[in-house]
Amino acid sequence: MLAFDFFGSTEGGLFDINATLPLMAIQVVALTYILNSLFFKPVGNVVEKREKFVSNNIMDAKNKLSEVEKLEADLLSQLQSARSEAQKIVSEAENESDKLYKEALELANNEANASKEKARLEIENQTSSARDQLFKQADDLSELIVNRLILEK
Amino acid sequence: MFLNSLPTNFAALEVGQHLYWQIGNIRLHGQVFLTSWILLGALLVFISLGTKKMENDPKGLQNLLEFLWDYIRDLARTQIGEKVYRDWMPFIGTLFLFVFVSNWGGALIPWRLIKLPSGELGAPTADINTTIALALLVSLSYFYAGLSNKGWRYFEYYVHPTPIMLPFKILEDFTKPLSLSFRLFGNILADELVVGVLVFLVPLVLPIPVMFLGLFTSAIQALIFATLAAYYIGEAVEEHH
Repeated sequence: MLAFDFFGSTEGGLFDINATLPLMAIQVVALTYILNSLFFKPVGNVVEKREKFVSNNIMDAKNKLSEVEKLEADLLSQLQSARSEAQKIVSEAENESDKLYKEALELANNEANASKEKARLEIENQTSSARDQLFKQADDLSELIVNRLILEK
Repeated sequence: MFLNSLPTNFAALEVGQHLYWQIGNIRLHGQVFLTSWILLGALLVFISLGTKKMENDPKGLQNLLEFLWDYIRDLARTQIGEKVYRDWMPFIGTLFLFVFVSNWGGALIPWRLIKLPSGELGAPTADINTTIALALLVSLSYFYAGLSNKGWRYFEYYVHPTPIMLPFKILEDFTKPLSLSFRLFGNILADELVVGVLVFLVPLVLPIPVMFLGLFTSAIQALIFATLAAYYIGEAVEEHH
């Protein structure tokens, strides 16, 4: 047995190149086609379909999310404007009521002042007329006293 | 040779013995075809089982096959590039699967138990014919890829970046298949020989770590072969600016 006779013999040897080479090449090419139709294409289809599905779903979700965010922002701005409007209305109403209150107060004050004045004038008039009357009566009385004194003499 | 002075049953290793098939004028290494048919048959059965009922939610074998497919796609895409990797993915994948199945099949299955009249069964990739066939297919592929993608402009690659590179690039066309085929052949044969010698010398326990190392080498060699093939194709279709 020539166990390690690599090159020496024409039969066999490690580097014995023969028709095995082209046949093996053909076999590998055939295997490529077989594996392509049996393995690479079907698995690729399934995997790529799923990848597309997943990426579509992700995109869908992203779109929805952005829509939701837009709506949220919309609602927020609406809420903000409603709030500020309410604030405005409240402050307007406050101003209005303030104004009305002031007006009413002034009116009442004026009225009170006027009636006070009127009453004062009346009191003054009555006082003066009463004083006049009193003076007159005093005069009359004094005249009467004088007359009586004179007459008794 | 001095090795012949070793005990005669050392020849049990049967290096360089072949089971010859004579068909007309041509002679074939029968053991290479026998093992490759068994292994490829197993591979095809495995793949048919896995792809029989494809579902959107992968289970069991389909999951494994999809992982394999993804692995091969990543390999092809990173080496060849986004543009044409699809065309070459089946070829790269077939190279990877063929080499991997051959290497592991040769290492894992106890072929020695099957007695042949001459030679012995083993990894198909431990035969120089197989590895040269694969390497030449790679050479043809990258030439075809370059020419079909860029036409005659493919030959700009030879003077890129300077015409000084021309002889080296031409030399490369010869060294690429040479290195591809001999690397694979040498690694797998060496692994088989080391395991064979160790089993012969110390039949128990000691060969086991070496066997694991052999499995590791086998997987790495399949990856290297496929990656280099993809790299060569990628180099041929790459656009120079």
